[in-house]
Amino acid sequence: MTQTTLTKGPARRGAGPRRAVAGPAPGRSDARAGYLFLSPWIIGMAVLTLGPMLASLYLSFTNYNLFNTPDWIGLENYRKMFADDQFHQTVSVTLRYVLLATPLKLGAALAVAIWLTQSRRAMGLYRTAFYAPSLLGASVAMAIVWRALFADDGVQDQLTSSVGLGIGGWVGNPDYSLLMLVLLAVWQFGAPMVIFLAGLQQVPRELYEAAEVDGAGRWRRFVSVTLPMISPVIFFNLLLETVHAFQVFTSAYVISGGDGGPAGSTLFYTLHLYQRAFSDYRMGYASAMAWVLLIVVGLVTALLFRTSRAWVHYAGGSR
Amino acid sequence: MNRTTTRGGIAANRTAGRGGARSIAWHAGSLLMLGVVLYPLVWLVGGSLKPSSEIVGSTDLIPASPVFDNYLSAAEGIARVPAWAFFVNSLIISTLTVVGVICSCSLAAYAFARLRFRGRGVMFVMMIATLLLPFHVMLIPQYIIFNNLGLVNTYVPLILPKFLAVDAFFVFLFVQFMRGIPSELDDAAKIDGAGHGRIFWNVLMPLARPAIITASIFAFIWSWNDFLGPLVYINTPGNYPLPLALRLYIDQEANSDYGAMIAMSLLSLVPVVLFFLAFQRYLVQGMATSGLKG
Repeated sequence: MTQTTLTKGPARRGAGPRRAVAGPAPGRSDARAGYLFLSPWIIGMAVLTLGPMLASLYLSFTNYNLFNTPDWIGLENYRKMFADDQFHQTVSVTLRYVLLATPLKLGAALAVAIWLTQSRRAMGLYRTAFYAPSLLGASVAMAIVWRALFADDGVQDQLTSSVGLGIGGWVGNPDYSLLMLVLLAVWQFGAPMVIFLAGLQQVPRELYEAAEVDGAGRWRRFVSVTLPMISPVIFFNLLLETVHAFQVFTSAYVISGGDGGPAGSTLFYTLHLYQRAFSDYRMGYASAMAWVLLIVVGLVTALLFRTSRAWVHYAGGSR
Repeated sequence: MNRTTTRGGIAANRTAGRGGARSIAWHAGSLLMLGVVLYPLVWLVGGSLKPSSEIVGSTDLIPASPVFDNYLSAAEGIARVPAWAFFVNSLIISTLTVVGVICSCSLAAYAFARLRFRGRGVMFVMMIATLLLPFHVMLIPQYIIFNNLGLVNTYVPLILPKFLAVDAFFVFLFVQFMRGIPSELDDAAKIDGAGHGRIFWNVLMPLARPAIITASIFAFIWSWNDFLGPLVYINTPGNYPLPLALRLYIDQEANSDYGAMIAMSLLSLVPVVLFFLAFQRYLVQGMATSGLKG
């Protein structure tokens, strides 16, 4: 593709009479064009991102129900939040979910990616099939399927009963309901898997050959060659999946019927925030929750970047 | 022998001599994983063809005598809205989303990838930072804005942000792709007297076709699946897109038709699957490159 256009380019060159005028003027015209091209983005950034961020920070210090004028109450929302048992419940549910779903999903993604690199013949086909769930998994429809698979008497109930664990469907069981949501996340391992695959294919073959000559076994090659070489990709996936896991909403809403049940076991942070804002119209309180979420996600991101210096290896120091 | 010639390199060395048994084991393992991963989808297809009362408990994956009643009652719709209306609503939202994303994000990407101006570095960092920004921080003030403008229960709050390039993922995708296009092409066009508008439209956009396709598919599927946005903004069933229509079935599960809900779930995924099958090559590649070069 690049070739056809490369030949198209120079062919036109001869026709240009304004060569000298249009050439070296990167200064003013570039700036004007730059702001022009960026204008939708700049408006969006100001009106839909930065403005609302500041507005929600302000609202978080007020009492506001959408119909009154916001009433300044200082840190009251935050104080109430940290004293609220339900808030602690949401934090616990969300953290457990993040800590379970992210490593399991990435582990599955990496394992399957490595498995797929062992053969080239049908790899593309499997890759496609494994990728599909990550496009479907976020839908209400798949959440409905999950609800049915884990219902009393459903597929999971029959499977677990057949091995002697007659605990019924996980949907109605507070001890297991979170686990089924974790499984729904793990089911969508295809997206990070594709990124792992691309990373694995860029590891130079010579490194494996050299390690093999040195007598390194399969495990040793994995730990000493593969892992360091794909560590930037691991970091990218880890960052993205962690941040996304904090924001899971649809599956929790649908599977719990919107109330975070049973017994608050799927009361995710975002679900609680939604209820406070759009069921109770406690916009100030919900804004405070949103800012706590922002700060936590920011801290986690910073922490990941911090630790990445120790374990992420950029070949040739190109970054 | 055959194997070593087709594969070559170290992969061949590793597999050579261990024979076809290894290959068969690999395929067996892959098929097993495939079975597990695709099971929920096969279950959904089978379930949609069973009578309501048997969907959850029945162990047959595909029923021996399929019934199509579920599809008939799904087509009738719910809350006095026919099923096709939900599809049309979803289609309107997703199509306009795609248009908005492609226009606004490619324009922004051209500025980031090709133009030099003050503040570009800072703005690029801001754009990347929004990739990680929780949507919930903007949700409430955005709702207040659209509520004050009287735009709640219209599609404007769902679509307008797409025309303002708020989805940093797509801007980033276009930036990555445009950076890979040799800048000699721009220079040649510039010498011909083309301005930035012409370079963008006549040089970069035709070459960015794979990125346009990738972005279109992701934008379409993500907006097709979006639940939180419509949940917040759309409040009459006549305006519901599919995810909200499916929620109606859940709310009324006790007295509504379980089979119709399952059939409707399947139907709502059909466009996603079709898009995926048609363009999967672009999707998987786009996903891999946008992730790698970051």
